[in-house]
Amino acid sequence: MPRVKVPRKSTHIDMTAMCDVAALLLTFFILTATARQPEPLPVDTPSSTVQIKQPTTDIATITVGEGKVFFGVAGQTVRARLLELMGERYKVGFTPEEKERFSLIESFGVPIGNVKQLIAMGGADRMKPGAQPGIPVDSVGANASELYEWIRNARIATKEINNTAMRVSIKGDSEEEYPTIKKVIDILQAQEVNKFSLITSMEGRD
Amino acid sequence: MAELDTSGGGGKKGGKVRSKKASTRVDLTAMVDLMFLLITFFMLTTTLAKPQAMDLAMPDKDEKNEDQFDVADTRTMTVLLGDKNKLEWYIGLVDKPLSAPTVDGYGKNGIRKAILEKSKEIKASTGKNIIVLIKASDKANYKNLVDILDEMKITNTESYAIVDISAPEIELLKRDGIY
Repeated sequence: MPRVKVPRKSTHIDMTAMCDVAALLLTFFILTATARQPEPLPVDTPSSTVQIKQPTTDIATITVGEGKVFFGVAGQTVRARLLELMGERYKVGFTPEEKERFSLIESFGVPIGNVKQLIAMGGADRMKPGAQPGIPVDSVGANASELYEWIRNARIATKEINNTAMRVSIKGDSEEEYPTIKKVIDILQAQEVNKFSLITSMEGRD
Repeated sequence: MAELDTSGGGGKKGGKVRSKKASTRVDLTAMVDLMFLLITFFMLTTTLAKPQAMDLAMPDKDEKNEDQFDVADTRTMTVLLGDKNKLEWYIGLVDKPLSAPTVDGYGKNGIRKAILEKSKEIKASTGKNIIVLIKASDKANYKNLVDILDEMKITNTESYAIVDISAPEIELLKRDGIY
């Protein structure tokens, strides 16, 4: 009996179309990309139906979670100037090198006495949970709280460098208890910042 | 496989120089691999959804002048944020509410319904818009605050304020078991 001969087909597949799709996706992701900054205090923001996007310049973000408060301000030059002002306020001398290193820290949460230590730390150590205890929010005697000073000086620094008013946003964890948030709001109101934004994630309207 | 033809074209002795017809197909497998690697990288390192910013304006705090206008209690709804993701609302004053304090939930079938209904009623009886006072107790969490502010946006309530809670109101929350 004659065997039926199955013609041997090439196993080669045309990759052109797949390559096109991959290139398209890649282009899309590159163009829409904004690198995610590692956060020292990860928070789960509540969702809302608000559609307004958060601006990225001239803004300070107060992160509240686990009872701790972290602070960060946009702009490297602003951050360098902020550290200078804080150094003057609390009589701590910072070297230009330290200012340079500080200007690269997006967000931090240590008392002023530990800022030097924080600057000396490596990036990975800084991000470890528990490495930063949070900025003190309670006022000591007649002195305003440290958070108050950070916000005030960040506003001064932003005004000096960018000549615009700094906006303040609060990024709180969903499960954070109201009294902590209230304390932060009170600190803002104490320096007549009556308008600020709450950062939320997106939610569909039901 | 579609290798590029690297053998020198023709070059046979004499005759016409005839270059070998090479296939124009290039193997794209490696390129596709690389692209997917990059796509994966960008997908994991990007934040696509920029966070939303909900604007909040607080009333000026330490105003020395005492010319604060009286808020008509007939059009004031007070929302107390309590424990366990529950809230309680009433209209009027805490010691003589015009509508009995009601425990309610957040969302579409909870407070939103109440606000819409009451604002309609108040609009009909007084001709003015409803005023909502939000009073968060210490047991409320941040999500509750954002939720109630979101409801203000959804129901188009223009006059609302975040106010400190008072002792009789905490008693009220305690009575209803949400403090």
